[in-house]
Amino acid sequence: MASDRTFALVGNPNTGKTTLFNALTGLRQKVANYPGVTVEKKIGTGRDRHGAEFTVIDLPGAYSLDAKSPDEEVTRAVLRGERPDTPQPDAVICLVDAVNLERHFYLTTQVMELGLPVIVVINKTDEAEERGITIAAKRLEERLGVSVVPMQANERVGMEALQVALSASDLAQPQWTAVEDGDPATRYTAIETLLDGTVARSEEDRQTPSDKWDRVLVHPIFGWVVLLSIVGGLFFTLFSLAGYPMDLIDGTFGWLGEQVEARMAEGDLRALITEGIIGGVGGVVIFLPQILILFFFIGLMENTGYLARVSFMMDRLMSGVGLNGKAFVPVLSSYACAIPGIMATRTMESARDRLITTLIAPITSCSARLPVYVMLIALMLPVGTAGQKALVMIGLYVLSILGVYTFAWVFNRTLEKSEKTLMVLELPSYQRPSWREITLQMYERGKIFLRRAGTVILGLSIVLWAMTTYPKSDSEDGSEQLAYSAAGRLGKTIEPVIEPLGYDWKMGIGLVASFAAREVFVSTMSIIYLGEEAEEDSVRDRMAEETRADGKPAYDVRTCLSLLVFYVFAMQCLSTVAVTRRETNSWRWAILQVVYLTGFAYLAALATYQIGGFFLS
Amino acid sequence: MNDSRHLGQLTAGEVAAVGGMDLPETAAGRLREMGFLTGASVRMVRRAPLGCPIEFEVGGARLALRQADAAQIFVQ
Repeated sequence: MASDRTFALVGNPNTGKTTLFNALTGLRQKVANYPGVTVEKKIGTGRDRHGAEFTVIDLPGAYSLDAKSPDEEVTRAVLRGERPDTPQPDAVICLVDAVNLERHFYLTTQVMELGLPVIVVINKTDEAEERGITIAAKRLEERLGVSVVPMQANERVGMEALQVALSASDLAQPQWTAVEDGDPATRYTAIETLLDGTVARSEEDRQTPSDKWDRVLVHPIFGWVVLLSIVGGLFFTLFSLAGYPMDLIDGTFGWLGEQVEARMAEGDLRALITEGIIGGVGGVVIFLPQILILFFFIGLMENTGYLARVSFMMDRLMSGVGLNGKAFVPVLSSYACAIPGIMATRTMESARDRLITTLIAPITSCSARLPVYVMLIALMLPVGTAGQKALVMIGLYVLSILGVYTFAWVFNRTLEKSEKTLMVLELPSYQRPSWREITLQMYERGKIFLRRAGTVILGLSIVLWAMTTYPKSDSEDGSEQLAYSAAGRLGKTIEPVIEPLGYDWKMGIGLVASFAAREVFVSTMSIIYLGEEAEEDSVRDRMAEETRADGKPAYDVRTCLSLLVFYVFAMQCLSTVAVTRRETNSWRWAILQVVYLTGFAYLAALATYQIGGFFLS
Repeated sequence: MNDSRHLGQLTAGEVAAVGGMDLPETAAGRLREMGFLTGASVRMVRRAPLGCPIEFEVGGARLALRQADAAQIFVQ
């Protein structure tokens, strides 16, 4: 009996590979990276009809085995058994698109030349039928001598037949004469001969259902209306609806901390658990609802085929600064949180584009900045109307958009140019969304987020906790203790550096503390000025009363503006540093990101404060 | 024999046969793999709302290329 077989799943992008992979393996899958490259490695297990377990490797989408992208390089190496980290598969499932058989057989015929047994799956037969294309799968099966299974993977039609094929005790090698000539035209001629008489096309009406959708969705006016509505809906959900589960999470972790406090004797260990560990983990988990919402939207757009249209529409706006349309979604996602934004750059083929997008992602005004903005704007305009405050807020977002564009342009100019890359964007036919698949993706992404950000944040919040706790003073007062601690001393040490920006050492502590995560600024201010965690209103009142040596208010308009500008640009999120390090596979880019952003934030805040001196005093 | 006409000049709905390409080898190879073979019939479907990129139909697939790249693919 065949057991423990390993199948590789191979196909062009947009063929429904992920759908088929999910159908075969369900939740029994593992997502990791291929060591040394930022290509996702997905491996899952399923059971065949005899109950034997098999492994499926979902290889990255490829158009050919003449590798032109890191993804294709991995696909080729795994199939040839050249990657020591991945066993060579026992057989290959080649997924092809029924609508577009010739082109998909380009890759399939190359795979057939590797000497491995092959199963051909023809997906999207329903769509082909709609377009008047019928495929004689049996005839193709006879010609190739291997199983050819017609399927509609999204509806799970044909799964039974595929299971039968996978369970066969001996898998057949295809009958196919290798095409020696490297010229694509020669291969296409051979494919034509192979497919001759197997594909029948009725002289179809060229208007496909997708075309009807596209007449609205990429229409010069309605297209933008739809896109703006979707983006608006996304942001509404992110910033208002997500508030409910976020409050719930906040409450739960708060309750957890209280439980520990009630049950443990006071001491360093208790403080470490409540403030360091529970506080730190809670600080990450609170972003989970936003991450899930974001991946729900991305999943829905990707699954239906709309995402490619978004890239199609946005490309022109991105190409001016050297990005392509595919960077739009990662950048947009970063407005909620740079971590999923950077994770979403994986949909981009060009390593260079991916790098540029990753480097600029933290300039987007992520949601962690909001509490800081709200607090500082309220301090800056104590008697301002809601409209004036909103105007400042909008100004900060505009500043961040300008920053994204400017730095994308700078990196595009300075980073070593790879050979001029071609932008080919495939526009797949629209499909009904598969909720199961979207849910699966949300689950996977949520898991990755918690694991990656969680481990780093946890470690750092412990470090930060220690820095604000040690060395210990004899004082009972929290703010005196903070001043005495390592963080307080650091604040005083950097005071000469931040003084030209208009900050004192107390603000310095806030900056040091929010290096791990921006929103920590608010709670740190509370500890500095009130000696304990307190309601935001009372902290703000206390901060408004704070004066400098000369008796003027510490948080005047100049200082607040300078702080706001600093928070727009500074890289104050260690989880993002960790994710950049993971995704680029090098500390170099992660460090560059911290240095350039924080350096620029410093200069911009300096300019704001100094120039502000001429107008406001 | 007007070899200077290129894909970037096609109007919506117009069909043409691919001729030569003036692109780096990797780019040209990729396009050929995706069906832009010499002699293949290409239909210009539409331009993106901002004029670029341009959607083409090649062998049943819909592929969008930028104006600058399309201008390097000549038609017969």
